[in-house]
Amino acid sequence: MAKSKTPETKPNVGLFVTCLVDLVRPSIGFASVKLLEQAGCRVSVPRAQTCCGQPAYNSGDRPDARALALKTISAFEAYDYVVAPSGSCAGMLKHHYPELLGDDPGTAERARAFADKVHELISFLVDVRGVTRVKARYDGAVTYHDACAGLRELGVKAQPRQLLESVEGLKLLEMEDAEVCCGFGGTFSVKYPAISNAIVEKKTANIAASNAPCLLAGDLGCLMNMAGKLSREGRDIEVRHVAEVLAGMSGDPAIGEKQS
Amino acid sequence: MKPASRAFKTNATRALENEPLQRALRGIKYGFVANRAKARASLPEFDRLRDEARAIKEHTLAHLDLYLEEYESKVIEAGGQVHWAASADDAREAILKICRDAGARSVTKGKSMVGEEIAINEHLEAAGIKAIETDLGEYLIQIRGEPPSHIIAPAIHLTMDQVEADFRNIHKNLPPERILDEPGQLVAEARAVLRDGFLAADVGITGANLLIAETGSSVIVTNEGNGDLTQCLPRVHIVIASIEKAVPTLEDANTILRILARSATGQECSTYTTYSTGPKRPGDPDGPEEFHVVLLDNGRTEMLGGAFHDMLRCIRCGACMNHCPVYGAVGGHAYGWVYPGPMGAVLTPSLIGIDEAGHLPNASTFCGRCEAVCPMRIPLPKLMRHWRMREYEKGNTPARYRWGLKLWAFAARRPWLYHALTGLGASLLARFGKRRGRIRSLPMAGGWTRHRDLPAPQGKTFQQLWRAQEKAS
Amino acid sequence: MSGARKRQSVLEGIRAALGAGGSDKTRKETVRKRLKSPRANLVPERASKDRAGRLELFTGMLEGQGAKVSHAKGPGDVPEIVAAYLRDNNLPTDFRTGSDDLLAAIPWDKTPSLTRHRGRGKAGDGVTMSRARAAAAETGTLFLTSGGENPTTLNFLPDTHMVLIRADDILGSYEDAWNVLREVYGQRTLPRTVNLISGPSRTADINQTIVMGAHGPRRLHVIVVG
Repeated sequence: MAKSKTPETKPNVGLFVTCLVDLVRPSIGFASVKLLEQAGCRVSVPRAQTCCGQPAYNSGDRPDARALALKTISAFEAYDYVVAPSGSCAGMLKHHYPELLGDDPGTAERARAFADKVHELISFLVDVRGVTRVKARYDGAVTYHDACAGLRELGVKAQPRQLLESVEGLKLLEMEDAEVCCGFGGTFSVKYPAISNAIVEKKTANIAASNAPCLLAGDLGCLMNMAGKLSREGRDIEVRHVAEVLAGMSGDPAIGEKQS
Repeated sequence: MKPASRAFKTNATRALENEPLQRALRGIKYGFVANRAKARASLPEFDRLRDEARAIKEHTLAHLDLYLEEYESKVIEAGGQVHWAASADDAREAILKICRDAGARSVTKGKSMVGEEIAINEHLEAAGIKAIETDLGEYLIQIRGEPPSHIIAPAIHLTMDQVEADFRNIHKNLPPERILDEPGQLVAEARAVLRDGFLAADVGITGANLLIAETGSSVIVTNEGNGDLTQCLPRVHIVIASIEKAVPTLEDANTILRILARSATGQECSTYTTYSTGPKRPGDPDGPEEFHVVLLDNGRTEMLGGAFHDMLRCIRCGACMNHCPVYGAVGGHAYGWVYPGPMGAVLTPSLIGIDEAGHLPNASTFCGRCEAVCPMRIPLPKLMRHWRMREYEKGNTPARYRWGLKLWAFAARRPWLYHALTGLGASLLARFGKRRGRIRSLPMAGGWTRHRDLPAPQGKTFQQLWRAQEKAS
Repeated sequence: MSGARKRQSVLEGIRAALGAGGSDKTRKETVRKRLKSPRANLVPERASKDRAGRLELFTGMLEGQGAKVSHAKGPGDVPEIVAAYLRDNNLPTDFRTGSDDLLAAIPWDKTPSLTRHRGRGKAGDGVTMSRARAAAAETGTLFLTSGGENPTTLNFLPDTHMVLIRADDILGSYEDAWNVLREVYGQRTLPRTVNLISGPSRTADINQTIVMGAHGPRRLHVIVVG
């Protein structure tokens, strides 16, 4: 599956779990570990990680965002790669840390060096580890939402589709406007709930119109937003992180489904 | 125009319930957005042109004083006059004085966002001078007393029925039994009515998309030709333009024009692009006898070289709003002033103050689509975030929210505390949502659960499970 | 504040923001050079076609924008093309032109049904005709210059605007067209108005539906000569 199988070249990957996956859906973390190990990586989960700091950063609270950025960098500096199952958090680490820490020569260099090692999970598998297919089975059709930060900050677009294509039994049905925002936007969804709702309503209509009984994406925040709306609308569509399906771990109850 | 940006949330709620507006907004995707994509696809050099256009503007801004002086000297050489205006007040005064000196009773206006910015119509009307908007969209909103809701399609929020009702109401001298069922009939009526206005006007005021230092020409682009009738018929032509519209040469203008229409309406080029240089020349049978340019600063110099410098590259194409999910949900009026959408969210606080316009840079999901389509590659989300930072530093962020952030950040900086709290939270929320796997209503999260369920956590945090697994192995 | 003081304050504000003094020699030299010998930026590949390719692109672009394009082998064919167009569209057979040489050299007498008036555009003009100095095939854009030869009002007041252009004047890019105008009018000099026209007047301000003939001509008929 992966290019490098020789144990001595196994890169050390620090998994940045993301605060949402940690709190809400650990199974995405385990799916990430599985995929990374299948791709020939040695995976560690530093205990000192919490949140990437995006809520503070996007609220204009630069001091707290800087403090969290420095904490995250310290926790992960030792690894060859830092991988996150989220385009949004990976984008924060990769693009916004250098900006946040750029005005101080002491931190600027550290942030840049750190940023070079950061990747979103699926694009890391394909672009860095050369994974072209996965060994997994999923019987049914899925549709895929391109979460904004992954798509526009990191260029995650073809990679998940390429890997999904290799999943046995899976059929990808594209929805209209897959690249349009779901309306989550982090704190936006609670600061401007009515607007966020109007945006996610358009998204769920497009999801339903794809006729796929399953929605996938690479960011848990967006997935929770869409899952929450789909279930409120009474639509019977299961919602999962793309890593769960690629790791062959779609046996667990989906996001927002009753735990067994 | 008195800003209503403080009422953004109320405005937005009203907009969400406005069905005709919602129908119009849904149309943007099939028009502007689809056409821009097509135009981009049919010009392989499009993205490289964007890079060049950005470089041209950056070069110009770095030499702005000099290019403006060059532009000015060429205008004067061609027989025109240049009036410098530091503020909106200065510009209004200068325009009114020119109109008074010309003994003007009626003025026609081409579409100009700077004209909206300085509210020139109200000022002229107050002085007893009739100002007629001639761009069809601008005319439609002028007769309703509304501000534009989009920078290139000012009346995009109106339906045909509303226009018909307005025309029957305003054009009282036309037979009431006339049929106005189709856009073509409405356009024909506006054409006939406005034609009289064109012929009677003493002064014509247009904006400018570009000011060319090489030749002293100002450039406008239109599809209707209204900007041309506005300037070739009256005795006096006034151009109102903000200082960042300058470019060095005709070649530089070409580059910007190549991306402007394609980004705006998705046309290969606008129907009319007009270069105006001074008043009519000896022997010219038509054209204005007097030519004036009012150069407006109104806050631009303060942006120059500062945190919002990039915004000065904006060429007012409207692509950012066409592609914005928030604009697409609430339309332009919700933003409460002249400039809506992402570009307005950055520019409006610069022009009327962040205290007045604080909502605008916050009302964004940071989806980044605006930056992705901006022909001038303006990092709009970054600039909006910068406004949020200014607000936070000023203490404008609501106290409850600020304290929430502080508490969260306090914990997030202390992994042991954070993990203890998240462990507790996960199990609590999981228990709360155990029956259905989701939570339908949650105290403190009303904004979320009013419209959607909250998927319940699986029960334990990843950190807990991972450590347990490590221990076991 | 006086006009001169306002000017001074805006310019000083800019210089302060840029951290530049007014006497900065390097900046002045940069600007002087750029204006003295304007340099083309990236020009789209599609503009560099041969004569036949340019003509085809020009025609396709204009027709795509709702204009009609006809081809005349020589000046002698123009009157019949004009007469046929006016007849087919049920339009008046008198039209107005300026004093342009190319228009004057057309043997209008050959077709007695046509009446040519001269002068600037007037309210109520049904049909006018102008001559374009140049055109850029890349977007099907005509370059019309103001003056007694081709008064600007002829371009905007009538219902139907006809434009004559010599096939040799159809160039590839905007850059090519501006260079022709620089030859005619001199460096750093333009006539009062240059109109770039790429189709009939149109609007989409009502219902996001395209309607022709918003304020300017409803019809644009381009006749390529040669």
